[in-house]
Parts: sequence; structure tokens; C-alpha cells
Amino acid sequence: MDYVIEMLNIRKEFGNFVANDNITLQVKKGEIHALLGENGAGKSTLMNVLFGLYQPEAGEIRVKGQPVKITDPNVANDLGIGMVHQHFMLVDVFSVTENIILGKEITKGGRIDIKKAEEEVRRISEQYGLAVDPQAKISDISVGMQQRVEILKTLYRGAEILIFDEPTAVLTPQEITELIQIMKTLIKEGKSIILITHKLKEIMEVADRCTVIRKGKGIGTVNVSETNPNELARMMVGHDVVFKVEKKPAEPKQDVLEINDLVVKDSRGLTAVNGLNLSVRAGEIVGIAGVDGNGQSELIEAITGLRKAESGSVKVNGKELINHKPRKIMESGVGHIPQDRHKHGLVLNFPIGENMVLENYYQKPYSKNGILNFKEIYNQARRLISEFDVRTPSEYVLARALSGGNQQKAIIGREVDRNPDLLIAAQPTRGLDVGAIEFIHRRLIEQRDHGKAVLLVSFELDEIMSVSDRIAVIYEGRIVAVVDPKETDEQELGLLMAGSSRKEAGTNV
Amino acid sequence: MSKRLQGIITPIIAVLLGIIVGTIIMLVSGYNPISAYNALWNGAFGEVYYFGEVVRQVTPYILAGLAVAFAFRVGLFNIGVEGQFIVGWLAAVWVGTSFDLPKIIHLPLAIIAATVAGALWAYIPGLLKARLRVHEVIVTIMLNYTALHVSNYLIKNVLTNHKDRTGMIKESASLRSDWLQSITDYSRLHWGIIIAVICCFIMWFLLERTTKGFELRAVGFNQDAAQYAGMNVNRTIILSMVISGAFAGLAGAMDGLGTFGYVTVKSGFTGVGFDGIAIALLGGNTALGVFFSAILFGALKVGALNMPLEAGVPNELVDIIIALIVFFVASSYIIRVVLNRFGKKDVK
Repeated sequence: MDYVIEMLNIRKEFGNFVANDNITLQVKKGEIHALLGENGAGKSTLMNVLFGLYQPEAGEIRVKGQPVKITDPNVANDLGIGMVHQHFMLVDVFSVTENIILGKEITKGGRIDIKKAEEEVRRISEQYGLAVDPQAKISDISVGMQQRVEILKTLYRGAEILIFDEPTAVLTPQEITELIQIMKTLIKEGKSIILITHKLKEIMEVADRCTVIRKGKGIGTVNVSETNPNELARMMVGHDVVFKVEKKPAEPKQDVLEINDLVVKDSRGLTAVNGLNLSVRAGEIVGIAGVDGNGQSELIEAITGLRKAESGSVKVNGKELINHKPRKIMESGVGHIPQDRHKHGLVLNFPIGENMVLENYYQKPYSKNGILNFKEIYNQARRLISEFDVRTPSEYVLARALSGGNQQKAIIGREVDRNPDLLIAAQPTRGLDVGAIEFIHRRLIEQRDHGKAVLLVSFELDEIMSVSDRIAVIYEGRIVAVVDPKETDEQELGLLMAGSSRKEAGTNV
Repeated sequence: MSKRLQGIITPIIAVLLGIIVGTIIMLVSGYNPISAYNALWNGAFGEVYYFGEVVRQVTPYILAGLAVAFAFRVGLFNIGVEGQFIVGWLAAVWVGTSFDLPKIIHLPLAIIAATVAGALWAYIPGLLKARLRVHEVIVTIMLNYTALHVSNYLIKNVLTNHKDRTGMIKESASLRSDWLQSITDYSRLHWGIIIAVICCFIMWFLLERTTKGFELRAVGFNQDAAQYAGMNVNRTIILSMVISGAFAGLAGAMDGLGTFGYVTVKSGFTGVGFDGIAIALLGGNTALGVFFSAILFGALKVGALNMPLEAGVPNELVDIIIALIVFFVASSYIIRVVLNRFGKKDVK
């Protein structure tokens, strides 16, 4: 067999923890090989072993049939292995070319020969259909383009095998389509690709074969053409997964949240929310679809009182709350699952138990006469931890030590338990695995069924489409369309998100 | 290795490293380190008089350390403890000299005056930070000079008639105790140490057990999350500076009402406030840690006076050793990395 990369029976331990237990991954030349697993299953560890960042305790790595020892990333580079990182490693103020040659400059007499470098970048870019402008500044180009610069970086260094780490997490649907095209071109030009992902749809669409790992163990390798998403999910999670979020039709009642002509400026003083109107009724989930940076964050911050609004009105249960203090808004029945759980959701250096009362520590029974009652605080923490299935060694462990999914479950437990009339969920499943996503979606729908209003903001169209009862598309700080998820598709949403009017979107389909 | 154990071992190793490097320096410059350290020990604990002096020195050190540590726990770097110390000292002596009151009123009044003066002096940088985001380090450094010169002016022109030192405070405002002095061979030991120890407890209780403390710690770790959770971050910042300054002002009262009983025109800073930074750092910004590290610094400071007498080692060398300890504490990151490496090997 003509394997370009073979990782045979790889074992990697961290102390007593076995991150990779006899995992075998064999990549054929010219294929797109997906590596599928939940968060914490050991995908990144395995790739870091291949990239020379970790040394395995046992096992063998072969490149083109030759046994090799990859002691550091430079060795990996020399062997033609390149990594396209999830978080781009680019210098914003440098040009595309400067970023690509960084560390491997073409010089002439001690000076960088930028002309020659630009030619080289242009040549590679054209060869693989990347259409990148070598002279553009990184800060001026889109996220999708930045990712192509990352791809170019590996190609410039002569990579034969490209590892893509969750490449679609930051892209719009159109950019994802383009990326898939690029990956196919790369294969045509003789490269091989390892695609790390937990999105089954992408694997079905682009990969030739797929290796699944679960809890550090290799579960198996399958031909994508002979499998289906359900089987892959079962291999990944270990049990059957319900994809279609099951829910009854919504029974919306009165308006809970009413926003009229809201104007909010962002941190740079530019208008981010520009005369926005939106309402969310009791007993429904309204999803806000949009490309990152169209005012979603500012909208949520204005509703929750974290950012000053310039003008307009935000009413909850008929009560005007614009520019009130966050605590006042919270006490008026607003719950908020923040977009960035590390920045806003948790005090990472507090025990998880104390994080469970972060918003109501000052109320009875947690506090009496200004003195905290730790017994009550930790009773509440234990109750939420078991009710929301937060996996933690104990309630005294620092929040920092928990995995992302468990941190998120803790936040959701805290917010839901306060029983708010309006629950705002900003990207509640970002970076989480299938099991946790399912759990969180169920909880959101449960809130809706209890007659609460839920406002969901997400960059994942799948999530918006499957969970929402109505979809509001945000573009440049306004709601440009409100659509019924049953009567739309990704194509139409994608165009609306890119600023086309509904009519145009309709004719373009 | 548990985090708690590491928190204890790291400063101990830092102190040991300081002593070892100090030894090397003494050897290189031709002094006998054994007799030098012997002299240091004797100078701190060898006689009951010295012991009394150590405790006396430890008293303002504890309070200055608490002041720095308290602000630090809320994420603020209060370099202005020195200035708050000076205004506290001045206020205590002012009240101590100007009134004739029964002791039960006069002494608490003088102590409260010092506390309020320090708190107000620290309120300024707190307010500027909270309202205008002016960095507290810059403001507190400038306010140190302001405090020094304003207090000198007041001593010369208001408290006295162009003299360099005020009169003694009234007996009714004094922390001194004949009994404490007599059992320590007439050292300057005074009742202030009890106030300092109570303040250690207050700091611990306030931060770890009260609702306000929860807010203070939350703001210290993560302002964004604190704001999201509905806490008033700006008010918490101001409050933390005020409490920090209150501790610093109280430290000034210790010298004003206990050790000296007067206040003089100063040509420069006393150094107590700056030593407080090192004490807080060595003590890991906890109340108990500050208590122990203040004892160490107090013993070094007092014991050092004996080194030139008994071992012929110059005073400056002691300053170098103290500086080395601070250096190693500040670089405790390195010690922690080394400890972790050993710790990992144990696990396997």
C-alpha cells in the first residue's frame, strides 16, 4: 500500500493520563483523510506527536515508508508536514508575502528580496487557485483570505502533507465552499490532507476516508463513501446521537423582549448596531444569524447593560431597561450565557462552586448581613453540578481546571437556575463536542417549552436552523430579514448574511 | 506537589537562596559569613531588648504589607503605601498633640485619624483609576512625593513654629507601655503589635468570608466577569484602594503613637511603604503570609544593626542580602518551574 504517513500504535501519556492509546493512522497519498473525535478525544495530541511537539511513549511513525523520529517541528517541516492552525499565526501589520516568508526569507546580500518573494508567492497562489494578493496587508483581508495565507505558508515551506485543524470554525458558508474547492485542488496537485474536525457534514462532503478516535483510543478507519453521518457519530460518541433537534412546534405568547431603533457604538466609536428592531416572544427561540462583526456582540452587551446604548429602547416584559445597570437588568428577569466564557462567564481562579453563585452571592441564603454562607453556596453548587451533569472532581476545584464543555454546562446551569424570563445565549456551543451540544440544545428548548423567551446568537448556521423557531438575519447592525427556518436554506441565509436583500437572495437561489 | 505546599516552599527557597548568595558575596569580599550571620541572629533574637525592637519594627511592616497585599488582591498595585504611611503618621501625631482628652477617647481618635488620612490619600488614585482609567502606579508614586513635602510643610509651619520636629504626643494618645518596655529591657516595644495582628485577621475575614470580599476578589481576578455578574467594578476599585490606604495610615500611627511619639521633617522617604511591597510579595499577598514575612523583614532590619558591631560587616551588605531575597522572591516563577519539574518526576 502506498501510504504517505503512517502512525502505528502510537501511545502518549501525561502522568497517569493516557491521551493516545495505541492509535493507528494511515494516510494514503493524494487523499483527504479526516480525523474525527470529540473534544479531548486525543486528536490534537496525536497531531502534535506528528508535528514533533510531543514524543510518543510507544509506536512508530513512517513517512513514505521510512521510519522517522520527529523530534521537533523543524524536522516535521523538513519531512514535508505542514500545519494550518485553527488560530492563525499571522502578523497583522505585515503584508501577505512578509508573513509567508517569515523565518524563511529570500535574501540578496543580507537584505530581503521582497520582489522575488512576491513572485514566488504569486506563483504558488496561482498554482493552487488561492487568488491571494501578495502585497495586501493582513489586517485588510478577510478571515477566509487569512486562512489561505496560512495554507500558502505551509506550501511555501514545501509541505506535501497538510494538516488542517478545525479549518471551518471561523468561516462563512460561502467561504467554506471555497475552502473545500481549494482542498480538492491541493489533492489534484498531489498533496495529501489530514482534516481535524468534529463536523460530520464536512467529512461527508470532502473526505475520502475517516479515522475515528474516542477517549484516546482508535475506534477505526472507514471509507466515507461507504458510511453515513449516523454511523460516524455513533463511532465518535459511543452511542446513537439525535441530530435533528427534537422539538414541538413553538407556542409563542406575549412579547418578552422588544427592541426599537437601538443604536450602539463599538469600542472604536463606530456605529455597530444601527437602528435595530427585534422582538422575542415568550415560548419561542429567536436565532440571530450573521457573520461575526455585524453588531451581534454590541447588541447583546447593550441588552444586558454591559455597553452604553446611544439611543433607542430595550423593553423586557414591558419595562424600559435601556442603559440600566447589569444587576438591575438581571434582576428584571434576564439571563445571559456569554459568548466568551473565560472572559465574562467565569472567574477562572475561583472554585467552580463559587462561580455557581457569581450573580446572586449577595442574596439570601448565600449571604446574610454581609457574611457569606459557604455551606449554602456549596449546597447550591452541588445541586447544579449534579443536575447539569458538570463533570468535576469536586465543587472546590478551580473553574480553570474544567474542560470547556463542563465550564459551559456550569454557566448554563447557573443561568437557567435563576429562571429568567429572557435567556440570551451567545454562541453557547462554540468549541464543544457533539454530546455537550446536544445537551445544551435540549436545555434551550426546555426553557422555551416552559414559556421563556430565548435569544440565540450563533455563527453556526446548522445550530441556528435546527434550534430556532424564527431566524433574524443581522447585517451591518440591522435585522435585514426575519425568516422561518422551515422555509429557508443555508444558501438563502448565507446571501442575506452577506447583505443581499431577500428578493435578490430569492432570485439567486 | 500541591499548590498550597508550593506557596509555602517557594518563599522559603527564595530566602535560602538569598542567604547563600549573600554568603558568597561575604566570602568574596573577605568577611566571615558564619560570624556575620551569627551577629545577625544575635542582633535580632540574642537579647530580650533586641527581640522587643524586632517586634516593634514588625508592627508597621505587617500593616504596610497588608496595605500592598490588599490592593494587589483586587488587581491594583499600590506603590503609594509610603505616602499614605506619612500622612497617617502626621495625622496621628497632630491629633495626639492637639487635644486633651481621656485616653479611652484620645487614643482611638488618633488611630482613626491616621486611618482616615491614609484612606483619603489612597482614595485619590482609586477615584482617578475608576473614573478616568489613570494608572494607579503613576498617581501613587507622585502622591508619595506630595505627601512627603506637604507633611514637611505642615510640620514646619502649622504644627510648630519653624522647627524640625513636633512636640511629644500627650500620654493619653500614646501606644507605649511601661510594662512592655520593662519586660524587654527598655526597648521601644508598644501595644501596636496587637492592632497589627488584629488587622491580619480583619484582612483575611474581609476577603475570604464577606460578601464585599467576594466582589473584591472577583474584580481582582477578572474585571470583565465581575461586571458581567452585576458587580460595580469602579466602586470596588475605589473601595480596595481606600482599605489599602487605611492599613497604610494605620502603619503610620504605629510609628507616630508608639515608636517615636512625634513626627519630624523628613529629608527622604522612610522606606516602610516600599518594604511593604517586598513583604507582600514574599507573603504571597495573604494575611498569614504577610505576618510571617514581616517578621523576617523586621528581624533582618533590626538584626543587621548588630552586624557591623559584632562581625565588622558593613550595613550595606545587609541591604544587599535583603535585596537578594526580594530578587529571588520576584523571580519565584523560576523556582516554581524547577519545583514543578521535580514534582513531575515524582508522579511518574
